[in-house]
Amino acid sequence: MSGDFPSGSVGLVTPQSVRFSGAFTFANGATLDGYELVYETYGELNATGDNAVLICHALSGSHHAAGYHDGADRRAGWWDLVIGPGKPIDTRRLFVVCSNNLGCCDGSTGPNAARDDGTPWGSRFPQPQVQDWVRSQKQLAEHLGISRWAAVIGGSLGGMQALQWAVDFPEWVEHCVALAAAPGLTAQNIAFNEIARHAIVSDPDWHEGNYLAEGTLPARGVALARMVGHLTYMSADGMSDRFGRELREGSYTPESNQEWVFQVESYLRHQGARFSTQFDANTYVLMTRALDLFDLARSHGDGLAQTLSRATAEFLIVSFSSDWRFPPQRSIEIRDALLAVEKPVTYANIETDDGHDAFLLPNQTYEKLLDQWMRRVGPHESA
Amino acid sequence: MSRLDLNAVLDWVLPGSKVLDLGCGDGAFLQRLKDERAVIGVGVDIDPENLTAAVGRGLDVIQEDINDGLHCFTTNRFDIVILAHALQELTHPHLVLQRMVDIGDEAIVSFPNFGHWRCRIHLGFLGRMPMSRAMPRHWYDTPNIHFCTVRDFEALCSALCIDIIERATIAGAAQGILGKWWPNLFATSAVYRICRSAR
Repeated sequence: MSGDFPSGSVGLVTPQSVRFSGAFTFANGATLDGYELVYETYGELNATGDNAVLICHALSGSHHAAGYHDGADRRAGWWDLVIGPGKPIDTRRLFVVCSNNLGCCDGSTGPNAARDDGTPWGSRFPQPQVQDWVRSQKQLAEHLGISRWAAVIGGSLGGMQALQWAVDFPEWVEHCVALAAAPGLTAQNIAFNEIARHAIVSDPDWHEGNYLAEGTLPARGVALARMVGHLTYMSADGMSDRFGRELREGSYTPESNQEWVFQVESYLRHQGARFSTQFDANTYVLMTRALDLFDLARSHGDGLAQTLSRATAEFLIVSFSSDWRFPPQRSIEIRDALLAVEKPVTYANIETDDGHDAFLLPNQTYEKLLDQWMRRVGPHESA
Repeated sequence: MSRLDLNAVLDWVLPGSKVLDLGCGDGAFLQRLKDERAVIGVGVDIDPENLTAAVGRGLDVIQEDINDGLHCFTTNRFDIVILAHALQELTHPHLVLQRMVDIGDEAIVSFPNFGHWRCRIHLGFLGRMPMSRAMPRHWYDTPNIHFCTVRDFEALCSALCIDIIERATIAGAAQGILGKWWPNLFATSAVYRICRSAR
């Protein structure tokens, strides 16, 4: 069974979990009497503990960043592209940790988990914010015997989380990588999130968020939310290249009375349908809200530059030319704030048609840049 | 291309300076400045391959078009801003020069001298745009769109209220002394140390 995985893969991985029994207080004041985090690790933590790298996942991501869950599994973790032996985040020399965020639905305590009385949290689960994830991940790090991250890395929401790490616990973060991120959401970003939430809460099966107790799922709402979300992850040119105006069903002949299904429709419906049964609706509402609330500039004092002046990390900021969800200009705001307070930063804008999703997709320039930059992360052989 | 101009640049950089290298290419020179002058350096380049190469050297680099105005850098941020053999590729060289002396206490600029006698022969006798080992491209596909002579550059500095602190000239081995006396005719390239005029 083993050895059957592609070369460069971390191979078979097993999720682990840890329960923290102390009370956890969210930024908004709500509390949990303890919580569980599910996570995966790849590579080995070295004796000096200076090779640990944290991967932060995006909106719908999970702790399963790389490798496979069983021998028959053909779908690798969400960032297998760059994590593995010989890959940019090289597991031969780095110890890579990825956890499912608190309030998510892949095993960490979240709205789909049971409360002490056995009923699911549902809509009663507290609203987490990015700072809360950072603090819970710090507990995980301490549990793993890590006292400092050689790097904290993420794309999109994960990139924002990496930036939050760098300013909340500067002494913990030696390098920070934020890909396709933003210092905060724009009105347009929030509007798209609101459309997604509205789709979910308008579903008759929503039941004020207590659909699990009702034995149902607001699958139509979640599917629609995902379709809208997914649309914003792709670029117009990328979609034209991939789908064009091709019909999957029906024909262009004028007298055709068949049902028409364009390739792009079929694709979006498939994405929506698959997601709607896999992803928890309450989690989607909480995650999009956490995104809306993220505001790096306000998280410490006054303004982005002043906030980032707290950081002691070296930064890599990368944007993608056709990303219109978090366009290059948003990364440039982060870059310029870092430059203004004289922080070491490298910035690249990768030319691509892959839109916001580009940080997850193969691209030679991007992979090579990340690979070269990552060489400064972790212990260095002394000459 | 002979890059003797870089030796002159190196001579003018004090150890430990904060340096911005505009058009840093693959970062070879910035790395040399780090190794030999222990500078704190940032590079700017627009080409993705150059960027990756510079990142591979462990340098901090910003992908940016110098022509866009370098707004990401605040005034007096650097001790020295370097523009080595890139002036002639800029859309608005004068605007970049002004910006350089604003964001750096000093700037160092090098460029090929279009007033060199070989260029003049090309133009004056052959009636053709000059080409040489240092300028191997035809006029229609060269990135060098704003050539100038030593005298042109000095006139521009004067017009922009930029002071010339020091000048070094690069000339062929046989013409070293001539390049010093008559730089506009004999220098193949020139290197200037400049700053915003106090006047």
